Amino acid sequence: MPMQNVLTWMIFAPVAGAAVVLLLPRGRDELVRWISLLATAVPLALAFWVYANFDRTSPGLQFVEHYAWIPAFNIEYFLGLDGVSAPMFLLTTLIAFLALVASWGIKEGVKGYFCLYLLLEAGMLGVFAALDFFLFFIFWEVSLLPMYFLIGIWGGPEREYAAIKFFLYTLFGSVLILLAMLALYFANEPHTFDMTKLIAANKQYGIAFQLLVFIALYIGFAIKVPVFPFHTWLPDAHVEAPTPISVILAGILLKMGPYGMLRVSWPMLPEALKVYAYPLAIFALINIVYGALVAMAQRDFKTLVAYSSISHMGFVLLGMCAIGPQGLSQAGVNGAILQMFNHGTVTAMLFLLVGVLYDRAHHRVIEDFGGLGVQMPVYAGVATVAFFAALGLPGLSSFISEALVLIGAFPAYRTLTIIAAVGIIITAGYWLWTLQRVFLGPLNPKYATLPEINGRELVTLVPLGALVLFLGVYPMPVLDLIRASADQLIALVGPLP
Amino acid sequence: MDLATYVLIALFAPLAGATVQIFLGRRLPRHGDWLCVGVLFVSFVASIPTFNAVWANPAFKLQILSEWLTLGSFGIPLGLQVDGLTGIMLTVVSFIAAFIHLYSVGYMHGDPRYSRYFAYLNFFTFSMLGLVLADNFFLIYVFWELVGLSSYLLIGFWFERPAAANAGKKAFIVNRVGDVGFFVGILLLWTQLGTFRFEEVFKGIAAGQMAGPLLTVTGLCVFLGAVGKSAQFPLHVWLPDAMEGPTPVSALIHAATMVAAGVYMVGRVYPVFTPDAFVVIAYVAGITAFFAGTIALTQFDIKRVIAYSTLSQLGYMMLGLATGGYVAGLFHLVTHAFFKALMFLAAGSVIHALHTQDLREMGGLRAKMPVTFWTMMAGSLALAGVPPFSGFFSKDAIIGATLGFVMAHPQHLLLALFAVGGALLTGLYAFRLMFLAFTGAPRDREKHHHAHESPPVMTVPLVVLAVFAVGAGWGGWFERLVRPPVELPHGPAGAHTLALALSLLAAGLGILLAYWTYVVGKISAGRVADRYRPVYTLLFNKYYVDELYAAGVVRPFLALTRGCAAFDLGVIDGFVNWCGRFTRGVSRVQGWIDFRIVDGAVNLVGNAIRAWGAVLRLVQTGVVQNYILVLLGGVLVILLLKVL
Repeated sequence: MPMQNVLTWMIFAPVAGAAVVLLLPRGRDELVRWISLLATAVPLALAFWVYANFDRTSPGLQFVEHYAWIPAFNIEYFLGLDGVSAPMFLLTTLIAFLALVASWGIKEGVKGYFCLYLLLEAGMLGVFAALDFFLFFIFWEVSLLPMYFLIGIWGGPEREYAAIKFFLYTLFGSVLILLAMLALYFANEPHTFDMTKLIAANKQYGIAFQLLVFIALYIGFAIKVPVFPFHTWLPDAHVEAPTPISVILAGILLKMGPYGMLRVSWPMLPEALKVYAYPLAIFALINIVYGALVAMAQRDFKTLVAYSSISHMGFVLLGMCAIGPQGLSQAGVNGAILQMFNHGTVTAMLFLLVGVLYDRAHHRVIEDFGGLGVQMPVYAGVATVAFFAALGLPGLSSFISEALVLIGAFPAYRTLTIIAAVGIIITAGYWLWTLQRVFLGPLNPKYATLPEINGRELVTLVPLGALVLFLGVYPMPVLDLIRASADQLIALVGPLP
Repeated sequence: MDLATYVLIALFAPLAGATVQIFLGRRLPRHGDWLCVGVLFVSFVASIPTFNAVWANPAFKLQILSEWLTLGSFGIPLGLQVDGLTGIMLTVVSFIAAFIHLYSVGYMHGDPRYSRYFAYLNFFTFSMLGLVLADNFFLIYVFWELVGLSSYLLIGFWFERPAAANAGKKAFIVNRVGDVGFFVGILLLWTQLGTFRFEEVFKGIAAGQMAGPLLTVTGLCVFLGAVGKSAQFPLHVWLPDAMEGPTPVSALIHAATMVAAGVYMVGRVYPVFTPDAFVVIAYVAGITAFFAGTIALTQFDIKRVIAYSTLSQLGYMMLGLATGGYVAGLFHLVTHAFFKALMFLAAGSVIHALHTQDLREMGGLRAKMPVTFWTMMAGSLALAGVPPFSGFFSKDAIIGATLGFVMAHPQHLLLALFAVGGALLTGLYAFRLMFLAFTGAPRDREKHHHAHESPPVMTVPLVVLAVFAVGAGWGGWFERLVRPPVELPHGPAGAHTLALALSLLAAGLGILLAYWTYVVGKISAGRVADRYRPVYTLLFNKYYVDELYAAGVVRPFLALTRGCAAFDLGVIDGFVNWCGRFTRGVSRVQGWIDFRIVDGAVNLVGNAIRAWGAVLRLVQTGVVQNYILVLLGGVLVILLLKVL
């Protein structure tokens, strides 16, 4: 396998898998599953190679593939990774693989499901690797459509409402991104979609242009994060989506939002960022505190996890906006990217855990459980790890990224950061309360026959749990990937005037 | 092996024990209790060389530094340090914890989660040892939180009982309130001084890089952490509930591993506090010391009485630290660790024998449980501050420091009243407990009949701890090892003599009152309670602090969360759905317009032409006769017109 095209191999292996799945005759569901597993295993295996060969000292682009595609419009097939994209690109391969194992229980329309699933993975990988804005946009849309069908066909009772809401909401954002992309394209002479050129030219965009384009991009990306007040599609989509799709949605898809900001908005429109940083930090704070407050009031386990996602994604935005007279904060930017990664693993665990319970009890009403710690001790143990990771316990991964964000944001926004820190009390409150209502207390006799978590479910959870614990004790393996590029981004944006 | 290796063994042995135990505990012989007890003794033995090193040279300092998280110019180091204070804490914590582990073998025998219990206990000790060894703010915060986690797991160990589950949750959340303050304090220090390391922070403060109100506020933020962990007013509410955990856990929490953390931390980062901050701390501590003592007087649950006595003693430690008694406060931490661990384990022995925690169902146990009685007596005497028991030396020093402070600042007279009044209360409640439990006639014959002394695995730890509860105050060893990190003001001469007289008087009076009331019967506790019914009710209900929190914080907060959720669903999502409906409505109107008007116009044209065509078609019959007829008619009309 020629390794100079490793990214292409990784992105298109799932597409090839999807094609094979399509060609299989009806009724070969087991074969479909195994071929799909293979198609997600290939990128995962290559991800290890990429991780090992990633140059941690270089802030620049690596594994670059650069070919002309539609020369008439200067559209190129341009892929590459740097410290901003590599963690998410690599995590995508892992989450996609594990969520595929979790998809084993899909019984209806197996062929269609796995085919769409593989296309979704290709779209997500493409978003994180594309360096041509047009290509980026295409992958962005490619990831959108399979999601629509996966929720709308394999989802819960309200799936059609949730799917159309997700689709229209995101499409609305896409239109704004498209407009911004065209604005940037035409602002350069010769016109180009090459992101490196668009960034290099950032000095020549006028401030009014920057402010306007930034808003369009922001709304497009903020819908994906999601940032208050664009967040209400998320709980619906999560609750209705089948478990593996929730895992993908929360683990990877949401990260496309902040990734887009860091890849496009921040370096291309730095002057606008400096104007908007404070309001954005306020929105980040609203996400953190408001998300936690709303999460606390939820009765449905999955909705609770969805709102907790909103709360935790607030930390990503807060870290990214931490800018002062010295420029963006090192701790803030690194912490934000690390938080994207850590939130991916922790939330994936949480949704998998909800799925385990739902498969057995066929409902998700938190109050109705109780005492499962006696009935399902292993499950309770894994859940406890995930819950404590989510509430930011030191020794587990989220603590480090959230602490870095708070450390980074504090010099820039003291009051906001203190309020955000108070938010972590609320976070502890709703997680411990949920833990208590589900696992502690006397066992509800209704559930005295619930079977313990099984081997396949453990296969999906244990690698994530191990990663959460390992990165909680020693975060450098991921931070090492990030830091050189983060420094470069900080230099690109420059200090506040 | 060099000293650093010993330190690392002392620290990591319990972690290794916990790790093996959590995964393999159930499969090990005896469910792994020997392993967990064993690693604690390993830890204790490994801490001895450290103690020897600081004993030989009180200025001794060992640092183990390593990089952990580095991002260019920003970094968080990993560092452990050993000095006199650490040397003592390391030894004392591992020692007490080791005997509590041993005792647990008897106490927890037959528990369905026996192996898990020991894993948690090991992890608890590891967290505390890490906290003691940490040499920077970030690391101490990490272990600080891990201590919190361990306490959560152990307080709620019998989680099938809702009360235990609630108590664990309460402990964690109340502590988190303090932790946020601590964290903000750390952020302030880092922002101003650019470092997390204790040494560099102290240097920066000494050099005046941070001072004035900002430093005071920072100090109070850091102190808030200690308010949570060391259960000072008003975050003390978790500690009395924490006795829902197994009794050895209470011993561990109250003595070596949890509440000690806050006092230790204040001692460790002492230079961070300004004199203004210390005044606030002193009042918080004084209030805690006095009011917790008053509550202890009215409780009937044996563990609850001891729990409130812990609160009160923690108040003393903080009061000592805040009023310039640096050594005194930390000394009380150590002596208290011995006698309080002892008292809890002795109480556990009683509970184990009687299966009740209610003092009203005890009485007359002295003959039945002699070892428990005599060791508990040693603990109570130490607690009350009777010479020559260990508590006397440390508490006397604290009262001395407080009186010295009050003499220098007479406006803070209240602190002296709290300190001396608290000493009286201590003697009273400590011996109320002793007399109610061990003397007189048994009040529950049935229970008394079945009572028996505990097995050696439980009594041996009692005896060992009792030896230290008696003797830990002798010889001035503590002053030799622990030196204040900053210059302390010297109180006026005479303060110490006065303190000695007052504290002896107060303790003696307290014990005498207890004797008159509960042994001689000259004073009837019931009559006193009736006479001052409102006061008694207030004390019995612990000043209604829990109720105040429930009504003033928890319930409004839950209402707020529900309000936010309703807002989210109704307003934010409502708007989104309204947009959807609005768009559909508009499209329906547009559809109507399109169908009726735009398309209607098109159709109108078509229809008009068709109608016109239909009319015209009538003419185009294709029958020649018709045409000739019309032609003829036309000719006739023209002729007619011509003629007319």
